[in-house]
Amino acid sequence: MKYVDEYRDPHAARRLIDEIRKTATRRWTLMEVCGGQTHGLLRHGIDAELEGVVELIHGPGCPVCVTPLDAIDLAIDLSLRDRVVLTSFGDMLRVPGSRRTLLDAQARGGNVRPVYSPLDAVQIAKGLPDHEIVFLAVGFETTAPATALAVRQADREGIGNFSMILSHVRVQPAMESIMRYPDSRIQAFLAAGHVCTVMGYESYESFVEAYGVPVVVAGFEPLDLLEAILACVRQLETGAARLENHYARSARREGNPAAQDVVREVYEVCDQTWRGLGTIPSGGLRLRDAWKRFDARVRFAVGASEAKDESDTCRAAEILAGRMKPTSCPAFGSTCSPDSPLGTPMVSAEGACAAYFRYRPPSAAS
Amino acid sequence: MRKLIRERIVARLDTGWLREMHDAARLPPVEGPLAFTTDSFVVSPLFFPGGDIGSLAVYGTVNDLAVSGAEPLYLTLSVIIEEGLPFAMLDRALDSVARAANRVGIPIVAGDTKVVPRGAADGLFLNTAGIGRVIEPGPAGPGSIAPDDVLLVTGPIGRHGMAVLSAREGLALEPSPTSDSAPLADAAKALRDRIGTGVRAMRDATRGGVTAVLHEWAEASGLTLSIDECDVPVSPVVRGACELLGIDPLHVANEGTMVVAVAAESAAGALDTLRGIPETAGAAIMGRAVRRRGAAVTIRRALGREQPLDEPAGAPLPRIC
Repeated sequence: MKYVDEYRDPHAARRLIDEIRKTATRRWTLMEVCGGQTHGLLRHGIDAELEGVVELIHGPGCPVCVTPLDAIDLAIDLSLRDRVVLTSFGDMLRVPGSRRTLLDAQARGGNVRPVYSPLDAVQIAKGLPDHEIVFLAVGFETTAPATALAVRQADREGIGNFSMILSHVRVQPAMESIMRYPDSRIQAFLAAGHVCTVMGYESYESFVEAYGVPVVVAGFEPLDLLEAILACVRQLETGAARLENHYARSARREGNPAAQDVVREVYEVCDQTWRGLGTIPSGGLRLRDAWKRFDARVRFAVGASEAKDESDTCRAAEILAGRMKPTSCPAFGSTCSPDSPLGTPMVSAEGACAAYFRYRPPSAAS
Repeated sequence: MRKLIRERIVARLDTGWLREMHDAARLPPVEGPLAFTTDSFVVSPLFFPGGDIGSLAVYGTVNDLAVSGAEPLYLTLSVIIEEGLPFAMLDRALDSVARAANRVGIPIVAGDTKVVPRGAADGLFLNTAGIGRVIEPGPAGPGSIAPDDVLLVTGPIGRHGMAVLSAREGLALEPSPTSDSAPLADAAKALRDRIGTGVRAMRDATRGGVTAVLHEWAEASGLTLSIDECDVPVSPVVRGACELLGIDPLHVANEGTMVVAVAAESAAGALDTLRGIPETAGAAIMGRAVRRRGAAVTIRRALGREQPLDEPAGAPLPRIC
């Protein structure tokens, strides 16, 4: 299949793995930022192929995982109200709030519908004028243009029964926050290719300068990842710290200006709570005042609630910050699994714990 | 109601048994053990590329009998209609039931019809039950799978699930995925005739896809079942749709594709046999059974590394990015 098979070519992959092993004179520690990359690495066993020369620390790039509890609790609460339809991306449905998930709410009679695009939620609103349609809008800069477009379309068509619970997060402030941990061991970053496709990668220049670490924009297929890892290792071996793009077929320096425009028109940067990581300055997006009527918190007159307690045994915070491997968590595979997750990284298809459970299950260790 | 049954249902499924409109069908004696199964069909939308609820209801039950080593003999059909369903849609679904029953040559001998208030059903629900004659000796079942046995799949996987998903969600994929809904009775019979007891187990890979079958068999046999990603047939359309949505085609439902385990020495014959039957012309050898090592089911990914293949958790939900 075009754009897939050529990036999974086993011979080319072998050459890159050999080259990385030849180039590295010691073990280097890299963080792949995006959960999609974590899955690509584990699915194809790239982390195991590079054992001893490259340690991969899995970043917080799973927007489902970092969506704060109170956003999920509010979504659950609204879904159980009369004449409210709660819509969201499918993988939000299994994410536990402080007590239960949206799927549980659905089983209890809540009106919850997974959609593929926020524009579908606007269409539902159009078809059900006597209902309130709420979209739980999560995601990095990759999904923000689509949710911004949904708001703009609802506005243009005069649809008054559509609103959003917003938890949009920005990836670069999270990387900065991780670099400021006193015990951070990260020596280079694989930047999230999809986010760069939308936002461009120019802004990483200052990041590279400030923290002195290589940043390489990377895709998601095995060859994308291996090429980017090789680029990091080459830089690290020569003591360089540069910004490089190895996802050129999709990401450009300036990104997608049209997408950025609509995001800027609808949203402004704000401090944001990341589940597991706490408040990250400039770490999120909120609706500008002119669009506030599409904010479900305004529409339903609910304030931000107090943060609730997470499970005691779940170590999601350390895992999201890259300080701990999922397999080192005492709950991993015993009290925590994708069927009954204690923490968000086990829930989402993009989450690091789910990736380990899937590709390195406890049963396979024997 | 009698008019509806007589003019719309019985007239279409014209069999002697139904025309009598007795409370029960009286069937002639059958020699040997029987297989008996039932399945309900609640698919939405009712019509999708490659099939519809009517043909699905016939083939689903026929396939359950066929993979159990039985020759299908009789079907029943229950129809639950939501008030307000347009007659044209009911007619279309029933025409499809009739065509499918004719194709497999199995009469519908009894049935039931209910109309429920609006909101109590989703347009149309169908239930079929089927009786078949067990042909002995049949496959010994998944517990008999032994190391070195070969795993086949009878066609490109994931077509039904992706066809229904893209029709239901209006994904507007071009070209749209087409369901594999088809009867497997001919393929099962041909395997029985040509391979005999070399066939260890057959299972149509419906809910949970090929992965669910492999996990069940791994548990029953106590072995590791190992497949090769490059050898699993997937059509470009299904692969593209799955890549887009972040769904593994191995987890997606099929309605006319089965997994077959055969003894190593029967593998070539089984493949040849399946490829000679129209419904299973796309059959392929995808893996084998080995002594349990690590995970119950493994897959060799494109780069050549063997990885565990996990069981699907619930319905596949589309990923965010």
